[in-house]
Amino acid sequence: MSKYSVIGKRVHRVDGPEKVTGSAKYTFDIVLHNMLYGKILRSPYPHARIVNIDTSQAERLIGVKAVVTGKDTLGRKQSTWRRFPELCDEEILCRTKVRYIGDPVAAVAAIDEDTAEEALDLIEVEYELLPAVFDPMEAIKEEAPQIHEGVELNINVTRHIEWGDVDEAFKQCDYIREDHFKCSSQAHVCMETHCAVASFGYDSKLTIWTSTQSSYYIQALVADMLGLREGDVRVIKPHTGGGFGSKFELDSAQFCASLLSMKLCQPVKIVLSREEEFTATKRRTPMYYSVKLGAKKDGTMLAKEVRVITEGGAYTGMGATALYLTGFFSSFPYKYPNYRYDGYRAYTNTAPASAMRGFGAPQSTFVGESQIDMLAEDLGIDPIEIRRKNGMTPDYEVPGQAHIQSCGLHQCLDKIDEHIKERGELPPNRGIGVSAYGFMSGGIFNWFDTPYAFSAAIVRINIDGKVDLFTGACDIGQGSDTTLSMICAEELGVHLDDIRIHAADTGICPADLGAWGSRETLMNGNAVKMAAADAKRQLLEFAAAKLGANIVYDMDIKDQWVHMVDRPERGLSYFDIVKDTIRGRDGETIIGRGHYTPHRKGMISPAYSFGVQAAEVEVDTETGKYKLINVTTAHESGTVINPVGIEGQLEGAVMMAGGYGFCEDQPMDEGKILNPSIADYKLIRSLDMPETKILEVDTYEPEGPFGAKEAGEGLTNPTAGAIGNAVYKAVGVRINDLPITPEKVLKALKEKKQQAE
Amino acid sequence: MKKELRFTVNGQPYELYIKPKTILVEVLRAHLGLTGTKRGCDSSSCGACTVILNGMAVKSCSVLALQANGGEVLTVEGLAKGNELHPLQKAFLDHGAFQCGFCTSGMLMSSKALLDENPNPTKEQIKEGIDGNICRCTGYNSIIRALTGVVKGEYKEEK
Repeated sequence: MSKYSVIGKRVHRVDGPEKVTGSAKYTFDIVLHNMLYGKILRSPYPHARIVNIDTSQAERLIGVKAVVTGKDTLGRKQSTWRRFPELCDEEILCRTKVRYIGDPVAAVAAIDEDTAEEALDLIEVEYELLPAVFDPMEAIKEEAPQIHEGVELNINVTRHIEWGDVDEAFKQCDYIREDHFKCSSQAHVCMETHCAVASFGYDSKLTIWTSTQSSYYIQALVADMLGLREGDVRVIKPHTGGGFGSKFELDSAQFCASLLSMKLCQPVKIVLSREEEFTATKRRTPMYYSVKLGAKKDGTMLAKEVRVITEGGAYTGMGATALYLTGFFSSFPYKYPNYRYDGYRAYTNTAPASAMRGFGAPQSTFVGESQIDMLAEDLGIDPIEIRRKNGMTPDYEVPGQAHIQSCGLHQCLDKIDEHIKERGELPPNRGIGVSAYGFMSGGIFNWFDTPYAFSAAIVRINIDGKVDLFTGACDIGQGSDTTLSMICAEELGVHLDDIRIHAADTGICPADLGAWGSRETLMNGNAVKMAAADAKRQLLEFAAAKLGANIVYDMDIKDQWVHMVDRPERGLSYFDIVKDTIRGRDGETIIGRGHYTPHRKGMISPAYSFGVQAAEVEVDTETGKYKLINVTTAHESGTVINPVGIEGQLEGAVMMAGGYGFCEDQPMDEGKILNPSIADYKLIRSLDMPETKILEVDTYEPEGPFGAKEAGEGLTNPTAGAIGNAVYKAVGVRINDLPITPEKVLKALKEKKQQAE
Repeated sequence: MKKELRFTVNGQPYELYIKPKTILVEVLRAHLGLTGTKRGCDSSSCGACTVILNGMAVKSCSVLALQANGGEVLTVEGLAKGNELHPLQKAFLDHGAFQCGFCTSGMLMSSKALLDENPNPTKEQIKEGIDGNICRCTGYNSIIRALTGVVKGEYKEEK
């Protein structure tokens, strides 16, 4: 029998009944009395000076209530990298210059969307076109136009990571290979586009309902940008239709709706269109990789040197973090004794590239896992074997960077090895490719420069035993409301339906950095567990006194039964103890508090999860088309809190990361995204979706709540690499630039044939 | 010039005056307050706005409301009978066939239309039946398992 009553069980999501009945309210659904609708005018040019904006005609249109431009702002610039003023480069409403096609220049509030749309056409913007640059390799040349004043060579951020003696180590290698890769962009395609309802009242307080991954970041950034006190800004996250990394920066809907509402003292709603979502919100960072890898004859990898240049687009966003993480995760999941990374992020006149699920690691994993397969083949070593030889193990120190406690990589390799053997001999043009990965359970970075704990929670027990859990964690679909409720119920010893969660409302919940970097289960989970334990302690004090228990006995609660641990039959009902405790404390409410910030856990993350994936493809050599047959993943994420949630994360990651490898791309012409609609942006639909199989590996993470760690983004890392390796196994062609389209496969097959002739 | 629209939604007759260009999803959401039906793209590519019109799954962003004149519309709000969930809704809950939930209403309606037309679809037919609906969260397989459960009779409708 499981030692747990709640965690590890297959439960319904706490938001399930609302979501399957259509009664769940999203920001998209909110309508307030007297509410206006806003629209945003965006630059049609990739780089231009704003000479003049004439809004007079638009203002005269019947039904238009206000038009704002950069002149109506305080002229401040922001980013989530608040600690570094030079990286706060985004005004949102541009005052003097636009830097990409889609940069906002004005916003309108009107009585309905049609009127607002019509008003946009009446705004006259006089632009002076400037030379633009789109390719990061061109952007860093002397002659390239300067995108941000004072930023030499358009280099926005550089990152260097190094350990060991790389140059010396290469001299010791028997074999060295150098390869180049290109990792494409990807759109998040949240089903709910970015949207916000902002309501500023005559009480001078601003409330924003918004589709976000971090209510706290939005509260703080809006306050900074509009000159309000943080406490006068309340951000509420209703049900949210997906995030995937696109919704933890301040966006144009939130900012423009707030600015318009402040001007009018009326609620304003802005919902971005799907086209705006594709062209004027952020996207996965395209990266150009050059990698030198050296090994001994037996496959022991001695040194790796990585140089990356990323297409940053017009602003910093979270791209600086992606640049760092792609460098760190380029060493994963292997024990390189000598490693050097140099990353450069270039500004370009394209839509800003930033965070997307995996945060730089899907790129580095595609590159690393492609190259290790090439190395293995060159050395005549089995792909699984070379990964075993070099793979990380528990209690491994990444020199000077990170300490890895739990790690089940080798068990995952064993399981995938078995899986491949079970598949046996494959028909012609079919292949299985392998890819190994690791990822962090939340980042230890504080570039937002907040003195708050990374996560916090409050537990309040009502007289009837019902528990109110308050947390800043943001459920964007990944299921944190359910997972955190389960952790709370387990720790407190009650049932899941005893918990009512109140999340992501800055007016009532403690600050939390939000849902990014796969941080909620471990970081917020620890805070929730601590808060529940604090509340439980208060109950147990009374229970111990009431039972007259000998001081040597420990007390606990399980299944609503307050008891002595060693004599579980001696106990009392949880419900009675709650009433007695409150009565005995002069009616004082039972409130438990918890918080978590990682300390002494290195520079990256308190914990890492690992896995290995095998993708099976079948290639049509006539057309280059290939079919994803099966994707099997052996993974470990510590103790499984919410098994249904993990299945969903895993299968969903195959759709998204498979898409990154298989079909998703954002081609551009002179900075213009050519496929800004779901009709033209190819996603994996149900007919293309491969079979998915999950092989669980048990591990226990000492730093996580009940031993748990992340199971969200890491799963996005391996698939593109596994597909690339599978295509190679199937037909012997290697594609080094994503996505691996039929056109590229066909071209490579033709070249291969020509070479053979 | 507004036109009269008479139709029933979830069994309830309605009579309203609308601009002829008004699309069905707008009438459902803005005029009737049935916000369970979502909009994800406005180009009939994502399926989030799927409802059942006269027994057929349609994308309500691509249907003029007046095309539903005299017709019967079923939306997600019409699936449950009071607090008794429809078998598909129960199956979606059990199988975790949704995460963010924004595509779920449309996915449920496509699923219902499929099973109404063919109560015993094969796995391939299930995949075809929901191919017009994008889910960015689940990877579809849990949805396919949920439908399979319903097809197998694991979720009975209360009579």
